[in-house]
Amino acid sequence: MIINHPLLGPRDAQEFTYLGDANLIDRPDWQADGAGQAFYEYLYLRDNPAGLHRELWYHEQGDRSWLVVTRNISTHEITKVELARDVARAKGRGK
Amino acid sequence: MDNLALLPRCALGGDKPEARLIGGLRISENPGLAMASLAARAGQEGDVLKAARKLTGFALPGPGGMAGAGDWQAFWAGPGQWLLTAPFASHEDIARIVKSAVAGAASVTEQTDGWVRFEIAGARICEMFERLCNVDVRAMKSGQATRCQIEHLGSFLLCQEAGAAFSVLTLRSGARSMFHALETAARSLP
Repeated sequence: MIINHPLLGPRDAQEFTYLGDANLIDRPDWQADGAGQAFYEYLYLRDNPAGLHRELWYHEQGDRSWLVVTRNISTHEITKVELARDVARAKGRGK
Repeated sequence: MDNLALLPRCALGGDKPEARLIGGLRISENPGLAMASLAARAGQEGDVLKAARKLTGFALPGPGGMAGAGDWQAFWAGPGQWLLTAPFASHEDIARIVKSAVAGAASVTEQTDGWVRFEIAGARICEMFERLCNVDVRAMKSGQATRCQIEHLGSFLLCQEAGAAFSVLTLRSGARSMFHALETAARSLP
């Protein structure tokens, strides 16, 4: 499998490690009301689609950046690769 | 205590750096460079680029790039991150020199003794590295740099001269393993 890194171009999947669902970026606010329930859902509840899936990959043997990869679970076709940093910032996370 | 003299050791353990000449390929340990990492703090990359240019005389390279002039050489390590090298003899305190140049705009960490650096040169260098890593070394141009895996060790591969001279940096504790891998690959060429 080849992942088309947004900065470095096509790179072999052996350079990357997989973390999981890209929704892990959306960590709940621990001070909000109902944080317990929100964290339960954040930690344990995942969609399991047989199709497009957004997931976090880490370029460990490369530039150490986190990527959000949109991949079709059924075919392994990768349709989009973004820097997780940009995805998080677009959601108003970080500075 | 002024008669106490501690002799520095090279990464391979000798008082002097080791080198091999195998089938026209020269592999040599290079202990002569000091190194520091430079990581721009959030939103301050512009200031870092400006300060680094003032210090080194050239612009820090973009993704996959390497640049150098005079004493300084820099290569890209990640978004907003670079590794800078300069001669050890004149820049032993490289981290302090870089930190005083960039001030609060970036984090600087001393790297000199965490790494081992090998210089490899020879006409069949691409054939050699094809046996060591998944990088398309024939496509690498002078001034390109990449991180890759060689002999299970996370390494940087710097193209000093396309198809002729490369540098390999890896963790110092893996120096002997890397040297073994480089020698073995050079010997294995038919």
